[in-house]
Amino acid sequence: MIVIKQLGKRFGAKKVLNGLDLTITDGESLVIIGRSGCGKSVLLKHIIGLLKPDSGHIYIDERDITAMKEAELSELRKRFGMVFQGAALFDSMTVAENVALPMREHSQLPEQTIRERVTEKLRMVGLEGVEDVHPASLSGGMKKRVGLARAMAIDPEFILYDEPTTGLDPIMADAINDLIRSLQKKLAITSVAVTHDMRSAYKIGDRIAMLHDGKIIYEGTPNEIQKCEDPMVCQFIAGSASGPLTDS
Amino acid sequence: MGRRVFESLEETGRIFLFFVSVFKAFPGFWRKGHLVLEQMVAMGIESLPLVFVTSIFTGAVAAVQAAYQFQAYVPMRYLGSVIGKSVVIELGPVLTALVVAGRVGASIAAELGTMRVTEQIDALETIGISPVKYLAVPRMIAGMVMLPVVTIFSDFLAIVGAYVVAYVSLDVATNTFMEGLRLFFEMRDIFGGLVKSLFFGVVIATMGCYFGFHAEGGAEGVGRATTRAVVSSCLAILVLDYMLATLIFRVLLGA
Repeated sequence: MIVIKQLGKRFGAKKVLNGLDLTITDGESLVIIGRSGCGKSVLLKHIIGLLKPDSGHIYIDERDITAMKEAELSELRKRFGMVFQGAALFDSMTVAENVALPMREHSQLPEQTIRERVTEKLRMVGLEGVEDVHPASLSGGMKKRVGLARAMAIDPEFILYDEPTTGLDPIMADAINDLIRSLQKKLAITSVAVTHDMRSAYKIGDRIAMLHDGKIIYEGTPNEIQKCEDPMVCQFIAGSASGPLTDS
Repeated sequence: MGRRVFESLEETGRIFLFFVSVFKAFPGFWRKGHLVLEQMVAMGIESLPLVFVTSIFTGAVAAVQAAYQFQAYVPMRYLGSVIGKSVVIELGPVLTALVVAGRVGASIAAELGTMRVTEQIDALETIGISPVKYLAVPRMIAGMVMLPVVTIFSDFLAIVGAYVVAYVSLDVATNTFMEGLRLFFEMRDIFGGLVKSLFFGVVIATMGCYFGFHAEGGAEGVGRATTRAVVSSCLAILVLDYMLATLIFRVLLGA
Protein backbone atom coordinates (compact mmCIF):
# COMPACT_ATOMS: atom_id res chain seq x y z
CA MET A 1 0.00 0.00 0.00
CA ILE A 2 1.20 3.50 -0.81
CA VAL A 3 0.27 6.26 1.65
CA ILE A 4 1.17 9.86 0.87
CA LYS A 5 0.89 12.37 3.71
CA GLN A 6 1.09 16.14 3.49
CA LEU A 7 3.50 16.06 0.54
CA GLY A 8 4.99 19.44 -0.37
CA LYS A 9 7.36 20.40 -3.16
CA ARG A 10 8.33 23.73 -4.66
CA PHE A 11 10.49 24.60 -7.65
CA GLY A 12 11.81 28.12 -7.13
CA ALA A 13 8.85 30.29 -6.22
CA LYS A 14 6.28 27.82 -7.59
CA LYS A 15 4.57 25.50 -5.12
CA VAL A 16 3.86 22.36 -7.17
CA LEU A 17 2.66 20.06 -4.39
CA ASN A 18 1.06 21.66 -1.37
CA GLY A 19 0.17 19.28 1.46
CA LEU A 20 -1.06 16.46 -0.77
CA ASP A 21 -2.68 13.40 0.85
CA LEU A 22 -3.42 10.21 -1.08
CA THR A 23 -3.72 6.49 -0.37
CA ILE A 24 -3.30 3.80 -3.02
CA THR A 25 -4.42 0.34 -1.97
CA ASP A 26 -2.85 -2.91 -3.16
CA GLY A 27 -4.09 -4.24 -6.47
CA GLU A 28 -6.05 -1.16 -7.46
CA SER A 29 -5.61 0.96 -10.55
CA LEU A 30 -5.56 4.63 -9.64
CA VAL A 31 -5.59 7.37 -12.26
CA ILE A 32 -4.47 10.87 -11.32
CA ILE A 33 -5.91 13.54 -13.59
CA GLY A 34 -5.18 17.23 -13.74
CA ARG A 35 -4.17 20.04 -16.06
CA SER A 36 -0.79 20.03 -17.81
CA GLY A 37 1.90 21.32 -15.49
CA CYS A 38 -0.17 20.80 -12.33
CA GLY A 39 2.42 18.43 -10.84
CA LYS A 40 1.12 14.98 -11.82
CA SER A 41 4.48 13.75 -13.12
CA VAL A 42 6.23 15.36 -10.14
CA LEU A 43 3.97 13.35 -7.83
CA LEU A 44 4.80 10.15 -9.72
CA LYS A 45 8.52 10.86 -9.46
CA HIS A 46 8.14 11.34 -5.71
CA ILE A 47 6.40 7.97 -5.35
CA ILE A 48 9.40 6.20 -6.89
CA GLY A 49 11.92 8.39 -5.06
CA LEU A 50 13.33 10.20 -8.10
CA LEU A 51 12.50 13.49 -6.39
CA LYS A 52 12.78 14.35 -2.70
CA PRO A 53 9.89 16.31 -1.19
CA ASP A 54 10.39 19.55 0.74
CA SER A 55 7.89 18.32 3.32
CA GLY A 56 5.62 15.37 4.01
CA HIS A 57 6.08 11.62 3.78
CA ILE A 58 5.47 8.71 1.42
CA TYR A 59 5.03 5.28 2.97
CA ILE A 60 5.37 2.15 0.86
CA ASP A 61 4.08 -0.74 2.98
CA GLU A 62 4.63 1.45 6.05
CA ARG A 63 8.26 2.28 5.22
CA ASP A 64 8.92 5.99 4.77
CA ILE A 65 10.79 6.37 1.49
CA THR A 66 11.49 10.07 2.04
CA ALA A 67 13.95 9.08 4.78
CA MET A 68 15.68 6.38 2.72
CA LYS A 69 19.25 6.53 1.51
CA GLU A 70 20.04 6.03 -2.19
CA ALA A 71 21.03 2.37 -1.71
CA GLU A 72 17.74 1.57 0.07
CA LEU A 73 15.79 3.43 -2.59
CA SER A 74 17.60 1.50 -5.28
CA GLU A 75 16.56 -1.74 -3.59
CA LEU A 76 12.97 -0.54 -3.20
CA ARG A 77 12.74 0.46 -6.87
CA LYS A 78 13.10 -3.20 -7.83
CA ARG A 79 9.48 -3.54 -6.68
CA PHE A 80 8.44 -0.83 -9.14
CA GLY A 81 8.17 -0.49 -12.88
CA MET A 82 7.71 2.85 -14.57
CA VAL A 83 6.50 3.68 -18.06
CA PHE A 84 7.62 7.13 -19.15
CA GLN A 85 5.75 9.63 -21.29
CA GLY A 86 8.29 9.36 -24.12
CA ALA A 87 8.99 5.67 -23.30
CA ALA A 88 12.60 6.60 -22.30
CA LEU A 89 14.06 3.56 -24.03
CA PHE A 90 17.86 3.39 -24.05
CA ASP A 91 18.59 4.26 -27.65
CA SER A 92 22.06 2.72 -27.65
CA MET A 93 20.50 -0.70 -26.97
CA THR A 94 18.21 -2.96 -28.96
CA VAL A 95 14.64 -3.66 -27.84
CA ALA A 96 15.73 -7.00 -26.33
CA GLU A 97 18.62 -5.37 -24.44
CA ASN A 98 16.25 -2.72 -23.09
CA VAL A 99 13.84 -5.31 -21.71
CA ALA A 100 16.66 -7.56 -20.49
CA LEU A 101 18.54 -4.81 -18.62
CA PRO A 102 16.60 -5.03 -15.31
CA MET A 103 16.95 -8.85 -15.34
CA ARG A 104 20.68 -8.69 -16.09
CA GLU A 105 21.20 -6.16 -13.29
CA HIS A 106 19.08 -7.73 -10.60
CA SER A 107 19.09 -11.47 -11.21
CA GLN A 108 21.55 -14.26 -11.79
CA LEU A 109 19.44 -15.82 -14.53
CA PRO A 110 21.30 -17.58 -17.32
CA GLU A 111 21.40 -15.78 -20.67
CA GLN A 112 19.09 -18.34 -22.32
CA THR A 113 16.39 -17.81 -19.66
CA ILE A 114 16.70 -14.04 -19.98
CA ARG A 115 16.23 -14.30 -23.74
CA GLU A 116 13.12 -16.45 -23.26
CA ARG A 117 11.69 -14.04 -20.70
CA VAL A 118 12.32 -11.07 -22.98
CA THR A 119 10.38 -12.78 -25.77
CA GLU A 120 7.60 -13.64 -23.31
CA LYS A 121 7.35 -10.05 -21.99
CA LEU A 122 7.32 -8.65 -25.52
CA ARG A 123 4.59 -11.11 -26.49
CA MET A 124 2.54 -9.97 -23.47
CA VAL A 125 2.54 -6.43 -24.86
CA GLY A 126 1.73 -7.66 -28.36
CA LEU A 127 5.17 -7.39 -29.93
CA GLU A 128 7.03 -10.12 -31.74
CA GLY A 129 10.12 -10.18 -33.92
CA VAL A 130 11.41 -6.76 -32.84
CA GLU A 131 14.05 -8.01 -30.40
CA ASP A 132 17.01 -6.88 -32.48
CA VAL A 133 15.56 -3.55 -33.61
CA HIS A 134 16.80 -0.26 -32.13
CA PRO A 135 14.15 2.02 -30.53
CA ALA A 136 14.75 4.74 -33.14
CA SER A 137 13.07 2.58 -35.79
CA LEU A 138 9.90 1.97 -33.73
CA SER A 139 6.63 3.92 -33.87
CA GLY A 140 5.38 5.82 -30.78
CA GLY A 141 2.92 3.06 -29.86
CA MET A 142 5.55 0.34 -30.20
CA LYS A 143 7.97 2.32 -28.02
CA LYS A 144 5.29 2.57 -25.31
CA ARG A 145 4.77 -1.18 -25.51
CA VAL A 146 8.49 -1.86 -25.19
CA GLY A 147 8.58 0.59 -22.26
CA LEU A 148 5.78 -1.41 -20.66
CA ALA A 149 7.58 -4.70 -21.30
CA ARG A 150 10.71 -3.26 -19.68
CA ALA A 151 8.70 -2.00 -16.70
CA MET A 152 7.33 -5.54 -16.21
CA ALA A 153 10.68 -7.23 -16.72
CA ILE A 154 11.23 -8.22 -13.10
CA ASP A 155 7.56 -8.70 -12.23
CA PRO A 156 7.01 -5.54 -10.18
CA GLU A 157 4.34 -5.07 -7.54
CA PHE A 158 3.67 -1.48 -8.63
CA ILE A 159 3.64 0.07 -12.10
CA LEU A 160 3.62 3.82 -12.61
CA TYR A 161 2.48 5.25 -15.94
CA ASP A 162 3.36 8.79 -16.92
CA GLU A 163 0.87 9.95 -19.58
CA PRO A 164 0.57 6.50 -21.18
CA THR A 165 -1.48 7.65 -24.19
CA THR A 166 -0.02 11.09 -24.89
CA GLY A 167 1.21 11.47 -28.46
CA LEU A 168 -0.59 8.38 -29.76
CA ASP A 169 -3.38 8.26 -32.31
CA PRO A 170 -6.82 7.41 -30.79
CA ILE A 171 -6.76 3.79 -31.98
CA MET A 172 -3.27 3.14 -30.63
CA ALA A 173 -4.20 5.00 -27.42
CA ASP A 174 -7.17 2.69 -26.97
CA ALA A 175 -5.02 -0.36 -27.63
CA ILE A 176 -2.56 0.81 -24.95
CA ASN A 177 -5.46 1.40 -22.52
CA ASP A 178 -6.72 -2.15 -23.15
CA LEU A 179 -3.24 -3.50 -22.64
CA ILE A 180 -2.75 -1.65 -19.33
CA ARG A 181 -6.13 -2.81 -18.10
CA SER A 182 -5.64 -6.43 -19.08
CA LEU A 183 -2.15 -6.59 -17.56
CA GLN A 184 -3.42 -5.05 -14.35
CA LYS A 185 -6.26 -7.56 -14.12
CA LYS A 186 -4.14 -10.54 -15.12
CA LEU A 187 -1.13 -9.83 -12.91
CA ALA A 188 -2.91 -8.00 -10.05
CA ILE A 189 -0.36 -5.23 -10.12
CA THR A 190 -1.03 -1.99 -8.26
CA SER A 191 -0.93 0.69 -10.91
CA VAL A 192 -0.83 4.45 -10.77
CA ALA A 193 -1.28 6.40 -13.99
CA VAL A 194 -1.19 10.13 -14.50
CA THR A 195 -2.99 11.52 -17.52
CA HIS A 196 -5.13 14.34 -18.81
CA ASP A 197 -6.84 12.03 -21.29
CA MET A 198 -10.30 11.34 -19.79
CA ARG A 199 -11.04 8.42 -22.14
CA SER A 200 -7.91 6.75 -20.86
CA ALA A 201 -8.78 7.60 -17.24
CA TYR A 202 -12.26 6.03 -17.48
CA LYS A 203 -10.88 2.95 -19.16
CA ILE A 204 -7.92 2.09 -16.95
CA GLY A 205 -8.93 3.48 -13.56
CA ASP A 206 -10.70 1.71 -10.71
CA ARG A 207 -10.50 5.07 -9.01
CA ILE A 208 -9.75 8.57 -10.31
CA ALA A 209 -8.17 11.37 -8.27
CA MET A 210 -7.94 14.94 -9.47
CA LEU A 211 -4.90 17.06 -8.67
CA HIS A 212 -5.23 20.83 -8.58
CA ASP A 213 -3.22 23.54 -6.81
CA GLY A 214 -0.89 20.92 -5.36
CA LYS A 215 -3.67 18.95 -3.65
CA ILE A 216 -6.05 16.11 -4.44
CA ILE A 217 -9.38 17.91 -4.77
CA TYR A 218 -11.52 14.91 -5.71
CA GLU A 219 -11.42 11.10 -5.50
CA GLY A 220 -13.99 8.68 -6.86
CA THR A 221 -14.74 5.83 -9.23
CA PRO A 222 -15.13 6.56 -12.97
CA ASN A 223 -18.92 6.38 -12.50
CA GLU A 224 -18.87 8.73 -9.52
CA ILE A 225 -16.69 11.33 -11.22
CA GLN A 226 -19.04 11.49 -14.20
CA LYS A 227 -21.87 12.38 -11.81
CA CYS A 228 -19.73 14.75 -9.74
CA GLU A 229 -21.02 18.26 -9.30
CA ASP A 230 -17.75 19.90 -8.25
CA PRO A 231 -17.39 22.77 -10.76
CA MET A 232 -13.63 22.27 -11.17
CA VAL A 233 -13.96 18.54 -11.84
CA CYS A 234 -16.90 19.21 -14.18
CA GLN A 235 -14.89 21.76 -16.15
CA PHE A 236 -11.92 19.38 -16.48
CA ILE A 237 -13.87 16.35 -17.60
CA ALA A 238 -15.96 18.44 -19.99
CA GLY A 239 -12.80 20.07 -21.35
CA SER A 240 -14.27 23.61 -21.16
CA ALA A 241 -11.96 26.57 -21.72
CA SER A 242 -13.85 28.70 -19.18
CA GLY A 243 -14.66 27.82 -15.60
CA PRO A 244 -13.12 27.87 -12.13
CA LEU A 245 -9.92 26.07 -13.24
CA THR A 246 -9.06 28.72 -15.79
CA ASP A 247 -10.60 31.75 -14.10
CA SER A 248 -8.56 31.44 -10.90
CA MET B 1 29.90 40.68 -11.99
CA GLY B 2 30.39 39.66 -8.37
CA ARG B 3 27.35 37.44 -8.61
CA ARG B 4 28.70 35.67 -11.71
CA VAL B 5 32.02 35.04 -9.94
CA PHE B 6 30.11 33.65 -6.97
CA GLU B 7 28.01 31.41 -9.25
CA SER B 8 31.14 30.14 -11.03
CA LEU B 9 32.72 29.28 -7.69
CA GLU B 10 29.52 27.53 -6.61
CA GLU B 11 29.49 25.52 -9.84
CA THR B 12 33.17 24.59 -9.40
CA GLY B 13 32.27 23.27 -5.94
CA ARG B 14 29.39 21.25 -7.35
CA ILE B 15 31.63 19.78 -10.08
CA PHE B 16 34.15 18.78 -7.41
CA LEU B 17 31.43 17.13 -5.29
CA PHE B 18 30.18 15.32 -8.40
CA PHE B 19 33.73 14.09 -9.04
CA VAL B 20 33.92 12.82 -5.44
CA SER B 21 30.59 10.97 -5.85
CA VAL B 22 31.87 9.30 -9.04
CA PHE B 23 35.15 8.40 -7.34
CA LYS B 24 33.27 6.87 -4.39
CA ALA B 25 31.29 4.71 -6.84
CA PHE B 26 34.52 3.15 -8.25
CA PRO B 27 34.46 -0.06 -6.13
CA GLY B 28 32.99 -2.92 -8.17
CA PHE B 29 33.60 -1.22 -11.54
CA TRP B 30 35.06 -4.50 -12.90
CA ARG B 31 31.53 -5.90 -12.91
CA LYS B 32 30.84 -3.35 -15.64
CA GLY B 33 34.03 -4.23 -17.51
CA HIS B 34 32.29 -4.31 -20.88
CA LEU B 35 31.08 -0.72 -20.41
CA VAL B 36 34.59 0.42 -19.48
CA LEU B 37 35.97 -1.32 -22.57
CA GLU B 38 33.34 0.30 -24.79
CA GLN B 39 34.29 3.73 -23.45
CA MET B 40 38.01 3.01 -23.80
CA VAL B 41 37.45 2.32 -27.50
CA ALA B 42 35.29 5.44 -27.93
CA MET B 43 37.64 7.74 -26.01
CA GLY B 44 40.96 6.25 -27.01
CA ILE B 45 41.00 4.22 -30.19
CA GLU B 46 38.49 6.42 -32.02
CA SER B 47 40.48 9.55 -31.10
CA LEU B 48 43.65 8.23 -32.73
CA PRO B 49 43.07 9.56 -36.28
CA LEU B 50 42.50 13.10 -34.96
CA VAL B 51 45.43 12.88 -32.58
CA PHE B 52 47.58 11.51 -35.42
CA VAL B 53 47.07 14.61 -37.55
CA THR B 54 47.38 17.16 -34.73
CA SER B 55 50.49 15.51 -33.28
CA ILE B 56 52.37 15.28 -36.59
CA PHE B 57 51.75 18.96 -37.29
CA THR B 58 52.44 20.02 -33.71
CA GLY B 59 55.85 18.33 -33.92
CA ALA B 60 56.48 19.81 -37.36
CA VAL B 61 55.68 23.36 -36.30
CA ALA B 62 57.68 22.93 -33.09
CA ALA B 63 60.74 22.02 -35.21
CA VAL B 64 60.27 25.02 -37.50
CA GLN B 65 59.80 27.44 -34.59
CA ALA B 66 62.72 26.03 -32.62
CA ALA B 67 65.02 26.28 -35.63
CA TYR B 68 63.88 29.89 -36.18
CA GLN B 69 64.69 30.79 -32.57
CA PHE B 70 68.04 28.96 -32.60
CA GLN B 71 69.22 30.97 -35.63
CA ALA B 72 72.98 31.23 -35.30
CA TYR B 73 73.10 31.20 -31.52
CA VAL B 74 72.29 27.57 -30.68
CA PRO B 75 73.73 24.60 -32.60
CA MET B 76 71.15 22.49 -34.46
CA ARG B 77 72.28 19.35 -32.60
CA TYR B 78 70.17 20.62 -29.70
CA LEU B 79 67.05 20.62 -31.89
CA GLY B 80 66.19 17.04 -30.91
CA SER B 81 66.67 17.87 -27.20
CA VAL B 82 64.32 20.86 -27.34
CA ILE B 83 61.70 18.95 -29.33
CA GLY B 84 61.90 15.86 -27.10
CA LYS B 85 61.58 17.84 -23.86
CA SER B 86 58.84 20.20 -25.02
CA VAL B 87 56.80 17.39 -26.57
CA VAL B 88 56.83 14.90 -23.70
CA ILE B 89 56.53 17.46 -20.91
CA GLU B 90 54.08 19.91 -22.42
CA LEU B 91 52.91 19.75 -26.01
CA GLY B 92 51.94 16.08 -26.11
CA PRO B 93 49.86 15.94 -22.91
CA VAL B 94 48.23 19.37 -23.23
CA LEU B 95 47.42 19.40 -26.93
CA THR B 96 46.17 15.81 -26.83
CA ALA B 97 43.96 16.70 -23.86
CA LEU B 98 42.55 19.76 -25.64
CA VAL B 99 41.83 17.79 -28.81
CA VAL B 100 40.24 14.90 -26.87
CA ALA B 101 38.23 17.41 -24.78
CA GLY B 102 36.76 18.79 -28.00
CA ARG B 103 35.93 15.39 -29.40
CA VAL B 104 35.18 13.17 -26.41
CA GLY B 105 34.07 15.74 -23.81
CA ALA B 106 31.50 17.08 -26.28
CA SER B 107 30.28 13.61 -27.17
CA ILE B 108 29.91 12.55 -23.50
CA ALA B 109 27.96 15.71 -22.63
CA ALA B 110 25.74 15.40 -25.71
CA GLU B 111 25.02 11.71 -25.13
CA LEU B 112 24.30 12.00 -21.42
CA GLY B 113 22.46 15.30 -21.92
CA THR B 114 20.16 13.66 -24.45
CA MET B 115 19.65 10.77 -22.04
CA ARG B 116 18.74 13.27 -19.31
CA VAL B 117 16.20 15.26 -21.33
CA THR B 118 14.58 12.12 -22.77
CA GLU B 119 14.27 10.69 -19.21
CA GLN B 120 16.60 7.76 -19.96
CA ILE B 121 18.65 8.62 -16.85
CA ASP B 122 15.45 8.66 -14.75
CA ALA B 123 14.56 5.32 -16.34
CA LEU B 124 17.90 3.87 -15.20
CA GLU B 125 17.17 5.00 -11.64
CA THR B 126 13.68 3.51 -11.69
CA ILE B 127 15.22 0.19 -12.71
CA GLY B 128 17.40 0.47 -9.60
CA ILE B 129 20.63 1.21 -11.50
CA SER B 130 22.80 4.07 -10.32
CA PRO B 131 23.45 6.38 -13.31
CA VAL B 132 26.74 7.43 -11.71
CA LYS B 133 27.92 3.80 -11.52
CA TYR B 134 26.52 2.82 -14.89
CA LEU B 135 27.36 5.89 -16.97
CA ALA B 136 29.94 8.08 -15.21
CA VAL B 137 32.32 5.52 -13.67
CA PRO B 138 33.13 3.70 -16.96
CA ARG B 139 33.78 7.04 -18.68
CA MET B 140 35.99 8.26 -15.85
CA ILE B 141 38.08 5.07 -15.81
CA ALA B 142 38.34 5.07 -19.60
CA GLY B 143 39.51 8.70 -19.50
CA MET B 144 42.13 7.97 -16.83
CA VAL B 145 43.52 4.99 -18.71
CA MET B 146 43.19 6.09 -22.31
CA LEU B 147 44.43 9.66 -22.15
CA PRO B 148 47.95 8.60 -21.10
CA VAL B 149 47.89 5.90 -23.81
CA VAL B 150 46.83 8.38 -26.48
CA THR B 151 49.44 10.82 -25.15
CA ILE B 152 52.23 8.25 -25.64
CA PHE B 153 51.01 7.84 -29.22
CA SER B 154 50.92 11.62 -29.62
CA ASP B 155 54.44 12.12 -28.14
CA PHE B 156 55.85 9.59 -30.58
CA LEU B 157 54.12 11.09 -33.60
CA ALA B 158 55.03 14.67 -32.70
CA ILE B 159 58.70 13.67 -32.50
CA VAL B 160 58.36 11.88 -35.85
CA GLY B 161 56.76 15.03 -37.34
CA ALA B 162 59.58 17.18 -35.98
CA TYR B 163 62.22 14.77 -37.26
CA VAL B 164 60.74 14.74 -40.79
CA VAL B 165 60.76 18.56 -40.94
CA ALA B 166 64.26 18.71 -39.45
CA TYR B 167 65.57 16.18 -41.97
CA VAL B 168 63.74 17.43 -45.05
CA SER B 169 63.79 21.20 -44.72
CA LEU B 170 66.24 22.12 -41.95
CA ASP B 171 69.15 19.94 -43.12
CA VAL B 172 69.54 18.22 -39.77
CA ALA B 173 70.97 14.72 -40.18
CA THR B 174 69.22 11.76 -38.60
CA ASN B 175 72.17 11.10 -36.28
CA THR B 176 72.28 14.70 -35.13
CA PHE B 177 68.56 14.76 -34.36
CA MET B 178 68.69 11.43 -32.51
CA GLU B 179 71.79 12.47 -30.59
CA GLY B 180 69.95 15.62 -29.49
CA LEU B 181 66.93 13.57 -28.43
CA ARG B 182 69.11 11.34 -26.24
CA LEU B 183 71.24 14.13 -24.84
CA PHE B 184 68.99 15.40 -22.06
CA PHE B 185 66.47 12.58 -22.15
CA GLU B 186 65.07 11.68 -18.75
CA MET B 187 62.47 9.04 -17.99
CA ARG B 188 60.89 11.28 -15.37
CA ASP B 189 59.92 13.78 -18.08
CA ILE B 190 57.77 11.15 -19.77
CA PHE B 191 56.41 10.06 -16.39
CA GLY B 192 55.53 13.67 -15.45
CA GLY B 193 53.78 14.22 -18.79
CA LEU B 194 51.74 11.03 -18.43
CA VAL B 195 50.70 11.84 -14.87
CA LYS B 196 49.41 15.17 -16.17
CA SER B 197 47.48 13.42 -18.94
CA LEU B 198 45.88 11.08 -16.40
CA PHE B 199 44.50 14.11 -14.56
CA PHE B 200 43.38 15.64 -17.86
CA GLY B 201 41.47 12.41 -18.59
CA VAL B 202 39.68 12.81 -15.26
CA VAL B 203 38.86 16.44 -16.07
CA ILE B 204 37.41 15.62 -19.52
CA ALA B 205 35.23 12.77 -18.21
CA THR B 206 34.09 14.73 -15.14
CA MET B 207 33.08 17.80 -17.15
CA GLY B 208 31.34 15.76 -19.85
CA CYS B 209 29.39 13.70 -17.31
CA TYR B 210 28.56 16.62 -14.99
CA PHE B 211 27.19 18.90 -17.70
CA GLY B 212 25.44 15.98 -19.42
CA PHE B 213 23.76 14.85 -16.19
CA HIS B 214 22.61 18.40 -15.45
CA ALA B 215 21.32 19.24 -18.94
CA GLU B 216 17.77 20.55 -19.04
CA GLY B 217 15.37 22.06 -21.53
CA GLY B 218 15.46 19.88 -24.65
CA ALA B 219 17.78 20.24 -27.63
CA GLU B 220 18.87 23.73 -26.67
CA GLY B 221 19.83 22.52 -23.20
CA VAL B 222 21.87 19.66 -24.64
CA GLY B 223 23.69 22.12 -26.92
CA ARG B 224 24.41 24.37 -23.96
CA ALA B 225 25.65 21.45 -21.87
CA THR B 226 27.98 20.36 -24.68
CA THR B 227 29.48 23.81 -25.11
CA ARG B 228 29.96 24.24 -21.38
CA ALA B 229 31.58 20.82 -21.06
CA VAL B 230 34.15 21.62 -23.76
CA VAL B 231 34.89 25.18 -22.62
CA SER B 232 35.17 24.16 -18.95
CA SER B 233 37.39 21.18 -19.81
CA CYS B 234 39.76 23.35 -21.85
CA LEU B 235 39.98 25.99 -19.13
CA ALA B 236 40.45 23.41 -16.39
CA ILE B 237 43.14 21.60 -18.42
CA LEU B 238 45.17 24.80 -18.85
CA VAL B 239 44.84 25.85 -15.19
CA LEU B 240 45.54 22.34 -13.94
CA ASP B 241 48.52 22.10 -16.31
CA TYR B 242 50.18 25.00 -14.54
CA MET B 243 49.40 23.58 -11.10
CA LEU B 244 50.56 20.06 -11.98
CA ALA B 245 53.70 21.35 -13.75
CA THR B 246 54.62 23.23 -10.57
CA LEU B 247 53.82 20.26 -8.36
CA ILE B 248 55.49 17.56 -10.47
CA PHE B 249 58.49 19.30 -11.99
CA ARG B 250 59.35 21.77 -9.25
CA VAL B 251 58.24 20.14 -6.00
CA LEU B 252 58.23 16.36 -6.55
CA LEU B 253 60.97 15.99 -9.15
CA GLY B 254 62.83 19.02 -7.76
CA ALA B 255 64.03 20.90 -10.85
